[in-house]
Amino acid sequence: MNMTRRQMLVLLPAAAVAWESLLAGTPESSPNYEQTQHWWGMLIDIPKCIGCGNCVRACQSENDVPDGYFRTWVERYHVTDTNLANPEVISPDGGKHGFPAAVEDSGKYFFVPKMCNHCADSPCTQVCPVGATFVGPDGVVLVDQKYCLGCAYCVQACPYGCRYIHPTKRVADKCTLCYHRITKGLTTACCEACPTGARQLVDLKNPKDPIHAFLKTHAVQVLKPQMATGAKAFYNELDGSVR
Amino acid sequence: MSNFRDTGHLFRFAGIFVAAILIFLAIRGWLVPHTFGQYGHYRGAALNEIAAKPVHFAGHQSCETCHADIAEKKSSGKHASVHCEACHGPLAAHADDPSIQPAKIDTAVLCAQCHETSAAKPKGFPEVETASHSNGVSCETCHQPHSPALEAGGAQ
Ligand code: HEC
Ligand code: HEC
Ligand code: HEC
Ligand code: HEC
Repeated sequence: MNMTRRQMLVLLPAAAVAWESLLAGTPESSPNYEQTQHWWGMLIDIPKCIGCGNCVRACQSENDVPDGYFRTWVERYHVTDTNLANPEVISPDGGKHGFPAAVEDSGKYFFVPKMCNHCADSPCTQVCPVGATFVGPDGVVLVDQKYCLGCAYCVQACPYGCRYIHPTKRVADKCTLCYHRITKGLTTACCEACPTGARQLVDLKNPKDPIHAFLKTHAVQVLKPQMATGAKAFYNELDGSVR
Repeated sequence: MSNFRDTGHLFRFAGIFVAAILIFLAIRGWLVPHTFGQYGHYRGAALNEIAAKPVHFAGHQSCETCHADIAEKKSSGKHASVHCEACHGPLAAHADDPSIQPAKIDTAVLCAQCHETSAAKPKGFPEVETASHSNGVSCETCHQPHSPALEAGGAQ
């Protein structure tokens, strides 16, 4: 018994020192980034989206997303007066290579970029049995891939279908809101690549962020509000048929 | 006191109980990572690990510091809102070390990605049927990619 206690007493500080030096050794990812000063979200301006697929491609190259998996993708809706409740939705290869040309008809078309909603009350983080996925202090939903078991509970729990099991790492993978970029003062890769400003990174804790004025003057919605997920992907002029 | 006899087994039991708790604490201390619980029910160190991943898109501010002439030209044209890497692709490696040459762009593919006619695009976005519009001539013979509108010399 004494031995275990002694071992523990010796091991714990040693481990702590090892950890501390490990942490100090990582590149200064965020020299003056203050986690508690931010609350990140995304504004998606539907009338501006042209369906070019730049965001999907940018996300895949920025985050080494494996082929056939998507952290963000674009859907094209085609709503006519006969299919209002059940519109035609296509997303060929996530919209990565754009969309087939559409011909003018009596219906309407629009593009809906989808991604992790970085929910404040996220169902995916609540079901994780080991605490490997979580909402960070700055409102970004992340996966600790060293800690994840790959049980895929979170994949099933996400109401928006934004998670997948990485085919080679065998752990949960998802949009990080380009955490490695926003902590360095850059915008996300999808926003950087978007030609029309249809996607904009927003910081709800920054009183100077244009999102506050935008929310006051536009008809902004979140996806599946009835799920009360606290979603932070804000859609401007979202059509009622979007699921 | 004398009411209790054979108390030895109680102490043995308590001893086992205490030992079990200590073993539990030892194993827990060994298994649970140091930074677990720093911010919440997760490993706090994961935040910095994720934040340390390499960047591939340098961001338009970076390009503009070295290519001020192009940034200047672009900002007065119709592509003002289109960032450099929306067309040139991720170039953080080039921004760190300009001797790494960016890949050449195939404008027949690039321009069509955004401008090919489709009824699905928002009204007012400039669209062309590339095949008939350019007749196979490459787009940049008539349009300058960084300032594409044709004010002078265009077919009126
Ligand atoms: C550190 C300064 C620097 C930064 C930052 C930088 N560049 Fe460059 N870039 C150069 C230099 C110098 C050249 C010229 C190389 C040559 O002519 O051989 C060049 C060449 C290029 C070329 C090719 C020119 C050609 O003749 O083919 C492209 C395209 C380009 N840069 C785009 C970018 C983009 C997009 C970015 C932003 C991600 C960027 N550059 C950031 C310095 C920079
Ligand atoms: C609309 C798409 C587009 C955007 C936006 C764009 N470029 Fe280009 N750029 C091109 C094309 C097309 C070429 C010519 C083909 C090639 O050289 O690959 C080119 C050529 C260049 C060249 C080499 C030729 C030259 O004109 O000197 C540089 C350098 C360059 N771009 C830098 C930039 C920088 C910096 C930005 C951002 C300020 C930018 N580009 C934005 C499409 C674009
Ligand atoms: C990443 C998307 C993207 C790419 C690639 C792109 N453009 Fe554009 N282009 C735009 C946007 C956005 C506008 C501005 C539209 C507006 O003003 O509403 C624009 C505007 C234009 C205009 C001006 C139309 C007008 O209103 O007069 C022309 C011409 C044009 N682009 C030609 C080109 C050519 C040529 C290329 C290939 C070198 C190209 N574009 C590549 C997004 C793109
Ligand atoms: C032979 C020269 C030429 C070539 C090649 C050419 N264009 Fe144009 N383009 C023009 C002229 C001239 C206009 C202006 C026509 C007008 O205002 O109606 C124009 C207008 C445009 C517009 C604006 C249309 C609008 O509705 O405002 C776009 C977008 C465009 N071109 C894209 C392209 C793309 C993409 C390519 C390559 C596939 C290309 N152009 C190749 C001459 C050319």
